[in-house]
Amino acid sequence: MDPLLLSILVTLIKIIVLTFVVVLPLVPICVYFERRFSAVIQDRVGPNRVGIPLTLLGFKKDFRFLGLIQPMADGVKLFLKEDFTPVHVRKAFYWLAPVLTVAPSLITLAVIPFGSSITLFGMKIDLAIADLDVGPLFIFSIASLSVYGITLAGWSSNSKFPFIGGVRSTAQMISYEICLGLSIVPVLMYFGDLNLGKIVEHQSQHGWLLLPFWNDHGFCLPDKATALFWIPAFISFIIFTISIFAETNRMPFDLPECETELVGGYHTEYSSMKFAMFFMGEYAAMVVGSALIITLFLGGWSAGPLDGWINELSLFGAKIGGFIHLAVFLAKLIAFILFFILVRWTVPRFRYDQLMKLGWVIFFEAALVNVFLAALVIAAPYLSTAVIGIGAVLLIVLCIAVIWVAKVSEEKVKPNSGLLGQA
Amino acid sequence: MAVIKVKRPKLNFGEKIYFGGLIKGFLLTMKHAVISLSGKSRGGKELGSSGLGVTMQYPEQKWDEHLPEHYRGAPALVTDEQGRERCVSCQLCEFICPPKAIKIIPSEIPADDQWAKVEKRPFEFDIDMIRCIYCGMCEEVCPEQAIFLRKDYAITGLTRKDMVHDKKKLYEIGGVRVGLVNKWNELK
Repeated sequence: MDPLLLSILVTLIKIIVLTFVVVLPLVPICVYFERRFSAVIQDRVGPNRVGIPLTLLGFKKDFRFLGLIQPMADGVKLFLKEDFTPVHVRKAFYWLAPVLTVAPSLITLAVIPFGSSITLFGMKIDLAIADLDVGPLFIFSIASLSVYGITLAGWSSNSKFPFIGGVRSTAQMISYEICLGLSIVPVLMYFGDLNLGKIVEHQSQHGWLLLPFWNDHGFCLPDKATALFWIPAFISFIIFTISIFAETNRMPFDLPECETELVGGYHTEYSSMKFAMFFMGEYAAMVVGSALIITLFLGGWSAGPLDGWINELSLFGAKIGGFIHLAVFLAKLIAFILFFILVRWTVPRFRYDQLMKLGWVIFFEAALVNVFLAALVIAAPYLSTAVIGIGAVLLIVLCIAVIWVAKVSEEKVKPNSGLLGQA
Repeated sequence: MAVIKVKRPKLNFGEKIYFGGLIKGFLLTMKHAVISLSGKSRGGKELGSSGLGVTMQYPEQKWDEHLPEHYRGAPALVTDEQGRERCVSCQLCEFICPPKAIKIIPSEIPADDQWAKVEKRPFEFDIDMIRCIYCGMCEEVCPEQAIFLRKDYAITGLTRKDMVHDKKKLYEIGGVRVGLVNKWNELK
């Protein structure tokens, strides 16, 4: 067959399988885990009754699927709800907004390496839809488009609460995009490459970024350069994870959409399918964010020292190691989603000014200083001790300067403030 | 009252960093999750848990044995141990019922009856169970100890007509109640 046609066909199959068979079903699985895990945390049971009503047919007990098809029931409900458009909305943007929220989340899947390669009929297929050389850049630029979705949703609803929710959410997402991009720079400097597939292969061979305890020959302790880089990598991990929480409007940053604050926030005026698309967009963004964190910091599809053995697995002449890696990736993804849910029920919501202060003052400065620290650590083996010393001193001066600036610009509480000026 | 000025407490460095609190929070939440999954949730035994958290899985498990004495279920009319229907259709319960669920049509007891001195009994007595709020005021106000709230709570029906309990059904649910004051007996 014509090789061009074959490669197009393979890409098409990868798009369909990876988007609609792997990730889109992950959204209902996410919803199921959210409800079940939240329930278990709160000492209750969660949905466990949706199933085949065999008692109607005369059997003694219903066949329940442990509630696993509850998300399917939710989906059917949302599909069958009345899809109305209120009279007072701005129609074009009202219809456009949900699409602008869900489409960027699904497009960013294209560059994430879901697994290593499989070999079918002598042809090596990489389990990533597009092996772009600018992976994270692509993801950040497309993910920024989802801000439009929320802005338009809030504005087009022509109503007070969605408007406030939309404005807050927009400001929050834009603020945290800075720390998102800036916090990854040390990691990309270390790997020297923006290609996500190559980053994961590097981690597969030399140990994960946060757990660098093996190389090609099994478990071993990391060398000094890698061990020293762990500090900026950890700071980067924390800032990036918290920024992903803020980007996906997830607790503790969900002020724009929580029920106690703003009714429904920017999706108050939306019903059935459009609301389902917002919902899906939010969970898909969570999935993509978790996938990115896992790819950059936790080894992606790598299973540690087992990688060499997995890569050699073959069934009927086709190398299927890639599928096992896909399973490892999905397991890590679900573990991270459970972490998202755990954080939701652990941390109380941030107030809006605390949120903005965190994004602009604390994380921005920390990410900036982290870049310099990481540069120093990476360059240390090639520099003389004197230069390293000067670099360290400069870094400390920079830290002190940043902290001093932050302290000086804090608002002073007036001594006679409040209660009619009585001390 | 004196005006009290409340100052925001000053946080020390560890509290401002917030990570220590976060980790403690995670451990607490995970502890709840693990205990819940192993069926040992605090208060599970008393609330009749099903083994996952403290929830009782209705309808496989019911708490009918643990209903307190004062539990207010569906109202019902009772018959005496002498076979007399206690209600004399004074319509006090109809008057006091907050959602007006009770409708009574009184009738007279004919002069040649055994209980002629009672003079009145209900011809029709309907309680609309959709309206009933199980408040128990009819039981409280009844001067004849004729209407009592039972312990059944699962009153269901397929039509609105099914959900109206008429006099026959009420006496059927109520049954015979012993130990009541016998106002209408012959003077000794």
